[in-house]
Amino acid sequence: MSWAWFHRFGSPPYFYRVAGILVPWFAWPAAILIFVGLTWGLVIAPPDRLQSDAYRIIFVHVPNSWLSLMSYSAMAIAAAVGLIWRIKVGHAVAAAIAPAGATFTAVSLLTGMLWGQPMWGTYWAWDPRIVFELIMLFFFLGYIALRNAIDDVSRADRSSAVLAIVGAVNVPIVHYSVIWWNSLHQAPSVLRVNGPSMPLAMLAPLLVSFLGFTCYFFAVMLVRARAEVLRRERGGDWIREAVAGST
Amino acid sequence: MLELSDLHLWRGDRHLLRGLNLTLAPGQVLQLLWPNGTGKTSLLRTIAGFMHPEAGQVRWKGQDITAGRDAFHLDLAYLGHEPALKADLSAAENLRFATGMRNGASIPQIHDALLQVGLSGLRSDQPVRSLSAGQQRRVALARVFLWDANLWLLDEPAANLDASGQQILCDLLDRHLGGGGMALIAAHQALAVDSSLCRLWRSPAEQP
Amino acid sequence: MTLRRSATQAAGAVMRRDLLLAFRRPGDWLQPLAFFLIVTLLFPLALDPELGRLRQLAPAALWVALMLASMLALDFLFREDAQDGTLEQFALSGQPFAALLLAKTATHWILTGLPLAMVAPLAAVSLGAPASSIPMVLVTLLLGSVSLSLIGAIGAGLTLGVRRGGALLSLLVLPLAIPTLVFGARATQLAIMGESAEGPLYLLAALVVLGLTLAPLAAAAAVRISLE
Repeated sequence: MSWAWFHRFGSPPYFYRVAGILVPWFAWPAAILIFVGLTWGLVIAPPDRLQSDAYRIIFVHVPNSWLSLMSYSAMAIAAAVGLIWRIKVGHAVAAAIAPAGATFTAVSLLTGMLWGQPMWGTYWAWDPRIVFELIMLFFFLGYIALRNAIDDVSRADRSSAVLAIVGAVNVPIVHYSVIWWNSLHQAPSVLRVNGPSMPLAMLAPLLVSFLGFTCYFFAVMLVRARAEVLRRERGGDWIREAVAGST
Repeated sequence: MLELSDLHLWRGDRHLLRGLNLTLAPGQVLQLLWPNGTGKTSLLRTIAGFMHPEAGQVRWKGQDITAGRDAFHLDLAYLGHEPALKADLSAAENLRFATGMRNGASIPQIHDALLQVGLSGLRSDQPVRSLSAGQQRRVALARVFLWDANLWLLDEPAANLDASGQQILCDLLDRHLGGGGMALIAAHQALAVDSSLCRLWRSPAEQP
Repeated sequence: MTLRRSATQAAGAVMRRDLLLAFRRPGDWLQPLAFFLIVTLLFPLALDPELGRLRQLAPAALWVALMLASMLALDFLFREDAQDGTLEQFALSGQPFAALLLAKTATHWILTGLPLAMVAPLAAVSLGAPASSIPMVLVTLLLGSVSLSLIGAIGAGLTLGVRRGGALLSLLVLPLAIPTLVFGARATQLAIMGESAEGPLYLLAALVVLGLTLAPLAAAAAVRISLE
């Protein structure tokens, strides 16, 4: 009986309705928090002692890096739910997350490169975190490419779910191997912002921006997942009612 | 006994099977003569366990096939559109490897099976590549026969078969049914099976 | 009729069949080998034939060539059996599907990975690796090729339902193979420099063990989905 909520949420009409209700609850906080966080971070927060204004890119970079990994985990979990319990909504959510996750990863890479120029004097250093982020981008791109290459939606769902799960098993191994590789080839001379010792005046806007981007992730995920549910259920009778009810 | 209850199957966004019910008892054969594109092959593939119904159950000997998949597959011989033969191996080699995965037929058994499907005249090193489509179909039938399975699922078994080939197929079926076997056949033309327990099913809309 | 075969016997039948098929059509299996040798030949030609510099490059050249040649070879792994319906019969054999696919993957490794690793010392010597390092180079490439075959089997299974799977296969498999590359190439490098390659070699062996346990299950799931 305790699983009832799980299967209820897995029913497409229920998910479609609830997700529709939830969207504004994430979209508005996302807009407000990102605006506040970025204004605070980019304009109000004090410049860094060593990097002056160049460090300000972390207010975009750090939330996107975090969301990149979070998206992959969420995608793999949703895909596994879809595959194991044969719940279409799981696949729809995974499909909805993939392009968003790829975008977060790409933004994280680009902002990382922009940050690298003032910090290391080059856009691209073979820093393990950057390399890892690049490999994550390939994981996302492979997932999206496999999904697009299979015409049948249900097969595309299930095949890409297997890939997402295999990838999720591999992510920690890749992460470890890249760190190991770097420790052998490069002296750890890279300048780092020390997370915990960051002054509150910088940490607070980072947290706000972080929350804002996370809300943005959920809003985008829900909107896209609703569209994916519609695509999978286009023959279903409930859709006519749902669409009629919303106009 | 094979039982299908309230089976719903979607293929893409087409709702192919709507609440299908069916029972097949020992000695019975059911010939599906549905029009093209109404889900004959999909139904066979669902029973075989390749495709998954949206709703409903396939039961074999009272048990859901998803629960006892391997045991069910040991009772099952499936013949699909493709003959599943390796073109570079001879007919006998193909049969030896195919049975090697299940019950390990002996060489005399394989020769006997080839004799029964009218292919005793093949050279032992003749690759399947050099056989006609009808002869390849006969080799595939020999495999079905050698697998010694209770339930035969045959998808267009008579494709490419000449008159004598069809006669052989019907004889094989008669013997299979006589021994308490069951068969579900998708075809576009009814086979002349000599059994009182043979049913024809012309459209998914009507019940068999 | 005779009794049901055990999974080991069934896997043995699959291996014998694939070996016999390869024996009847040797051309298929020689292509990746020739490809590997040509790629390793390209490096000295693109750089310069100074042995000291080539020796630094040798691990990278060997490993990149090995990975690309394995990608090329993966196309033979399941595609033909999928097209002629053999994989369907495997799935219905009542035997553990993953075990049959593992048998196929093992045979595929014997026919591609093993020969690749065996000719690699030849390429290594031509790239300036000292003769004393050859046994270790051979071991690293043997382990690496096993790992690549296992990961590759997942990718080959996933791309079965795709019409033109070649480029997609590389996009799926190569990122998954990065740890193999990192540990393997490092072990080869240490061997060529005459140092102990134990550390990365153990990590590579751990990857092989992990691959042996998980990859056949993932490949079986992937192939089953393509049969729908």
